[in-house]
Amino acid sequence: MTKLELQKTAVEVRKGIIEGVHAAKAGHPGGSLSAADIFTYLYFEEMNIDPKNPKDPDRDRFVLSKGHTAPGLYAALALRGYFPVEDLLTLRHTGSYLQGHPDMKNIPGVDMSSGSLGQGLSAACGMALAGKLHKKDYRVYALCGDGEIQEGQIWEAAMFAGFRELDNLCVIVDNNNLQIDGAIDEVCSPYPIDKKFEAFNFHAININGNDFDEIKAAFDEAKATKGMPTVIIAHTVKGKDVSFMENVADWHGKAPNDAEYEIAMEDLRKVGEALCQK
Amino acid sequence: MSEVKRIATREGYGNALVELGKEHENLIVLDADLAAATKTSVFKKAFPERHIDCGIAEANMIGIAAGLSTCGFVPFVSTFAMFAAGRAFEQVRNSIGYPHLNVKIGATHAGISVGEDGASHQCNEDIALMRSIPGMVVINPSDDIEAEAAVKAAYEYEGPVYLRFGRLAVPVMNDREDYTFEIGKGVVLREGKDCTMIATGLCVCEALEAAERLAADGIDAQVINMHTIKPLDEELVIAAAQKTGRIFTIEEHSVIGGLGAAVSECLSEKYPTKVTRIGMNDIFGESGPAKELLHKYQLDADGIYERVSAEMK
Repeated sequence: MTKLELQKTAVEVRKGIIEGVHAAKAGHPGGSLSAADIFTYLYFEEMNIDPKNPKDPDRDRFVLSKGHTAPGLYAALALRGYFPVEDLLTLRHTGSYLQGHPDMKNIPGVDMSSGSLGQGLSAACGMALAGKLHKKDYRVYALCGDGEIQEGQIWEAAMFAGFRELDNLCVIVDNNNLQIDGAIDEVCSPYPIDKKFEAFNFHAININGNDFDEIKAAFDEAKATKGMPTVIIAHTVKGKDVSFMENVADWHGKAPNDAEYEIAMEDLRKVGEALCQK
Repeated sequence: MSEVKRIATREGYGNALVELGKEHENLIVLDADLAAATKTSVFKKAFPERHIDCGIAEANMIGIAAGLSTCGFVPFVSTFAMFAAGRAFEQVRNSIGYPHLNVKIGATHAGISVGEDGASHQCNEDIALMRSIPGMVVINPSDDIEAEAAVKAAYEYEGPVYLRFGRLAVPVMNDREDYTFEIGKGVVLREGKDCTMIATGLCVCEALEAAERLAADGIDAQVINMHTIKPLDEELVIAAAQKTGRIFTIEEHSVIGGLGAAVSECLSEKYPTKVTRIGMNDIFGESGPAKELLHKYQLDADGIYERVSAEMK
């Protein structure tokens, strides 16, 4: 995809997030929106995947360790063709296969169930290890939150990955600087994130996580890095492209009401229109 | 008493892994720096490339196993019961239980028979914890032979399994021609009509010995080996209650939440019968040689005999 195509797709992913969370009257828009460009790049450009063959043993895998941003993952999966886009409106509804947090049992394209922070990265390491043991070429991607890395298990996994030189593993930290109770450096600062991962034998790359040029360069650099896993620290804006959500901690886990929904969708329409002018 | 072989069930675990490993290339073993104690060291020697030591990081180890299981491996995750079921409970519940992944947990050093290490290492809560996870199978083998059979059955079973093993060498009692093992099927080892002792793990052999002493007192006790606590063999439990009308459960575990609780839950709903739970009475263990502790906490034949005869007289 061209950069423009990616940007347009990302708008659709963001619309899918707002549609889902609004229809559910619950969910996590802020962190889904900040990671929307990462989701888009992974599912539309980076990963070797086929929606018609979601369990292909040679596929690239993705673990959403920050599982609460399922709305973002689901929007990307739906747009990519894993299941119908209109099903996004059933998010979190009783009986829906689109559970509030990723459920690998019933959602095509979801490689690991998640939701409890700090656990997904370990599973990703297991998949990467399997790839090495089976001498396969697939890559494993894991998206963590910058609050999530306060969990000790993240560092257990990092220690394991660094020690085992899992260079087929690429971790992305969605560094939007906010968690539920406020800014991450006011709650319990995990900074400097890059230095911490480097201490665990990771190659660390800092980027603007909402810029596709930088996203592409980082993933390319990760693929070229041998002998150690890579962490991409994506500096993003929580609530990106929805005016009243941007950088507001409150929009971590709250659904927009009907009026807010209209404003959000209008914001996203405007972004899309501006792209069409290009 | 004639020469009875004594082998710890953790030995059966270690040996069974090697046997399975020879046949099945997809079997992979994980440990958390306890390979010598859990006996996965035997597997490590035979198949070093398939033994993954994760270091002292049990939560991560569970996640690694979860990931491996989605890529064609059948992982056996090993550490002490305290850390497998205790420390990593939420990981077992959320990374393995909820997605119902095909991961087996080989938890050794369960119960007070850990001995000298003391209370911090003596897990009396693991059956309670693992039983509460939907879809988890919980097995507590009574001897080395049953341990090996359980490991093999666990490999064949599609879904998460928690296997509980002990540190202490215990009498081999299942070395008979007609021995079979089936997940979820308890075994009547001794018929009786006055009361039923439903035991699990190392308490099974102790219960059998206690039954002989009770018989000398004129108390005819039925003895059941309930190696699988979940799914509980409810049919057998109810049949026993119908037959003898008096149940004793015996486990190297808290009286809260384990075999006793499972049996009580079943009978109180389906065939109300008095159940006396013999186990650790909501107290922590302590340091000491295992046999002394089992005696002190009345989980050996002496203690079981005392408890049952006190109730039956």
